[in-house]
Amino acid sequence: MPSSEQATALPLAMLRPGESARVSHLASRSQGDCRKLTAMGFAAGVEIAVLNRRSGPLLVRIGDSRIALGRAMAQRVMVVLDG
Amino acid sequence: MSTERKGTNKGSPSAAVRIALAGNPNCGKTTLFNALTGSRQHVGNYPGVTVEKKEGGFRHAGRDIHVIDLPGTYSLTAGSPEELVARNVILEEAPDLVVDVVDASNLERNLYLATQFMELRVPVVLALNMADVAEARGQTIDWKQLSQLFNVRIVPTVAHKGRGLEELKQAIIEVAEEKPPHQPAKVTHGQHVETELSKLTERIESACGQETQAPARWLAIKLLEDDEVVAEHIGKTCQDAETIMETVRTSRNHLARELGDDAEILIADSRYGFISGACQESVRSTVESRHTLSDRIDMVMTHRILSIPIFFALMFLVFKLTFTVGAPFMGWIERFFGWLQEAIVGVWPTGSAPLLESLIVDGIIGGVGGVLVFLPNIFLLFLAISLLEDSGYMARAAFIMDRFMHKIGLHGKSFIPMLIGFGCTVPAIMATRTLENRRDRLTTMLVAPLISCGARLPIYVLLIPAFFPKAWHAPMLWLIYVIGIALAVIAAKLLRSTLFKGEVEPFVMELPPYRMPTLRGTLLHMWERGSLYLRKAGTLILGVSIVMWALLTFPQEVDYSRDYDAAMGVVAQQELPEEQIEERIEELEKARQAEELSKSLAGQIGRGLEPVLKPLGFDWRIATALIGAFAAKEVFVAQMGIVYSVGEADEESTPLRDKLRRNYSPLVGFCIMLFCLISTPCMATIAVTKRESNSWRWPLFQLGGLTLLAYALTLIVYQVGSFAGIGI
Repeated sequence: MPSSEQATALPLAMLRPGESARVSHLASRSQGDCRKLTAMGFAAGVEIAVLNRRSGPLLVRIGDSRIALGRAMAQRVMVVLDG
Repeated sequence: MSTERKGTNKGSPSAAVRIALAGNPNCGKTTLFNALTGSRQHVGNYPGVTVEKKEGGFRHAGRDIHVIDLPGTYSLTAGSPEELVARNVILEEAPDLVVDVVDASNLERNLYLATQFMELRVPVVLALNMADVAEARGQTIDWKQLSQLFNVRIVPTVAHKGRGLEELKQAIIEVAEEKPPHQPAKVTHGQHVETELSKLTERIESACGQETQAPARWLAIKLLEDDEVVAEHIGKTCQDAETIMETVRTSRNHLARELGDDAEILIADSRYGFISGACQESVRSTVESRHTLSDRIDMVMTHRILSIPIFFALMFLVFKLTFTVGAPFMGWIERFFGWLQEAIVGVWPTGSAPLLESLIVDGIIGGVGGVLVFLPNIFLLFLAISLLEDSGYMARAAFIMDRFMHKIGLHGKSFIPMLIGFGCTVPAIMATRTLENRRDRLTTMLVAPLISCGARLPIYVLLIPAFFPKAWHAPMLWLIYVIGIALAVIAAKLLRSTLFKGEVEPFVMELPPYRMPTLRGTLLHMWERGSLYLRKAGTLILGVSIVMWALLTFPQEVDYSRDYDAAMGVVAQQELPEEQIEERIEELEKARQAEELSKSLAGQIGRGLEPVLKPLGFDWRIATALIGAFAAKEVFVAQMGIVYSVGEADEESTPLRDKLRRNYSPLVGFCIMLFCLISTPCMATIAVTKRESNSWRWPLFQLGGLTLLAYALTLIVYQVGSFAGIGI
C-alpha cells in the first residue's frame, strides 16, 4: 500500500453524516477487531459512506449493507475521504 | 428420524447424504432449513459451547438427507464460538457437502463465507436465495456464469415461498454422488502470499502426514492468518511443530515487510478480489439499492431527536399489547382450570384416596394452572418482540441505545437480551449468546433477573389493588418496573467496574434492511421462545408444585390448640338461623385450616425464617410464599392464597386482597413487591445461568448477590418507612 495514502488517511469516526470515503487500512489494535471488521466488509479500497451518527455510534453504508459501528471501532478504520 | 441412521453405512448408495447448511446471519438460512426439513428437527447444543445445534432431515429421490444447520456466520475464523463450531463440523463430521445460503441481494459479502468453504475443499452447493428481491430492484445475476467462475453448483431459491426447493434437493443428491467428490475453484492469493503458502503447505504435508483431517493448504492459510486454534492443533498433532511455527513467523514478517500489511488482511483482500472479479462478470445491475426505502425509514427511526420518542412509543405499545390483549385470554384459561378443578372434585368418589384428590386438584392443577394463566401474556410479549426483531427494528434499537449502554459499560447489543427479559429471564439469558465478549455476556446475564419478567407481574397485580387507591395503580406498577431497570443499570455499572473490569467491547452490528415480517416466521419465533415457558410449567413448576403441596399437607396428624370438631358440633346444636350456623362453621373450618397450615412443614419452615424476615415487615405466611416464589415467581400468588385458606386463589380473587389489606400495611405490600422484584431469581433462571456460563460460580453469585441486595433494600425501605410513618 502506498505510504502517501496512509499519511492522508483519517479514522472513520471523524467523518460527518453524508461524507463518503474509501477504506485505506485497519489500524489494528487487536486481531479480533480486525477479523470482525474484515468479515463485515471493511477491506482496503471499499467505498463507504456515513449515513447517520449519534453521539455514540455511527451508521455506515458499505457495499449494499448497513453497519452500526461503535465509536471505538470507528477509530480503527482508517479511510481516505473522497474528492 | 434420519439422525439415527447417520453414517451407519456411508458410501453405499442407500446411505443417508449428510449435508451442512451454512450462511450469513439474516440470509434466510433458517427459513430454508425449516422449508427443507419441516417438522423433522432436533435442537440441541454443541458440546462444551452454548451454540445451538439444529439438525433435521428429509427424503428426496429415495435417499435420506440429514441436515446439520450451522450457526449463521460471516466468516470461519477462530474469533467466535459460532465460527469455530461451523468449521469444526466441516472438519470433524465431514459432511458430504455444504449448502451455503447466499443472500442474492447482498451477494459479495455473502460469498466471502463461500470462499472459505471452498478453501476447506468441501463440495459446495450455493443456494442463491432471495434472487427475486435482487431482480426486483434491477439486479440480474447470471448465476450460470457465476457457477462457472466458482466451479460450484448454484440453485436460485426463494426460501420463504418454497421456490427452488426441489431443484436444490436434486442438486444436493447429484453433487453428493459425484465421484471423486466435486472440487470447487481454487481461490488464489496473489504471487507473494502464494509463494509463502506453498512453502508452508509442503512443510505441513511432510510433518503432519495423515495425522490431520484438514487439507494442508487450508492449515497453511489459517497459520498465516495467525489462527490460534489451528496453531494449537498443529502443536499437538504434528512432529516438528516448532519449525512449522518458525516458518509461519518468517513468512508473516516477510509479507508484512514486502506488502506493508498483515497476512490476514492480504488474504481477506484477495478473497474479496476473487469475489468482486467474479461478480463484475456475472452481475448486471441497473442499481437501485434495496436500502432506498429502508434508508428513508431509517432517516426517521434513527433520527437524532425523533428516534427516542419513537423508541419509547414502541416500547409502550409492546406492553399495551401484552397486557390489554392478553386479559380476556387469561380469563378463559383461569375459568377453564377452575372448571377442571370443580369437575374433578365432582366426579371423585367421596372419601376414596382424599390425598390423591388433593394432590391433583390443589397441587397439580392449582400450581401448574396458576402459571399457565399467564401464557397469553408471555406469548403476546414474545410476539411483539418477534415483530420487532423480524422487521429489523431491534437492530436499530441496539443502535439507538448504544450510547446509553456504553455509559453503563455495555454496548448496544446487550440491550436486546434486556428487552426480552421483560418477557422471561430464561430466553433473555439465552439471548446473551450474541455478545462476543465474555465480560459483557456475564454482566448482562447476572443483571438480567432485575428486569421484571412476566412471571412477577401477577404478584404486582395481586398486591397493588389490595393496598393502593385506583389512581395509583398504573404509576405504582410503572415505579416497580423502573426500580428494576434502575437497579439493573447500577448493578451492570458496578460489575463492569469491579469484577468484569476491562475495555468496552467495540460494537459492530449489521442493520438488516427493514422487512415486512412474515406471519409464519414471526409465529415460529414467538413459539420458540414462548414454548420455553410452557416447558417450564410442564416440568419444573409441576415438580415444585408437588413438593410445595406436600410441604403444606404434611404432617397430616396435627395437635390442634382446640377441638374444632367439638366446637363445630356445639355451633350446629345452637338455636340460630341456618345461614349463621353455616357461616360460623365455615369460620371454624378456615381457622382449623390455618392452624393446620401453620403446623405443616412449610409453616414450620416459615416460622423458622420469621426472625430473619421480621425486620422487613414479613410474617411467617409471607416467608412460606417466598420459598414458593423461588421455584417460580408466580407461585407466590398461589401460595398466599393457600396460606390464607381462601379455597381458590388466583390474582383476581377479591377475598384474598381483603385479607391482605386487613393483615398488612401498604408499606408491607410495597416491601413484598420490592423483595420479589429483586430477590432470588427463580430456579429456571439459576439453571439457565449455570448452563450458559458453564459454571456453578455465576448462578450462585447471582442468587446470593440478588438476595442480599433485596434484603438490604427492603430492610431500608421498611425501617425508614415505619420510622417516618409512611404507609403504615
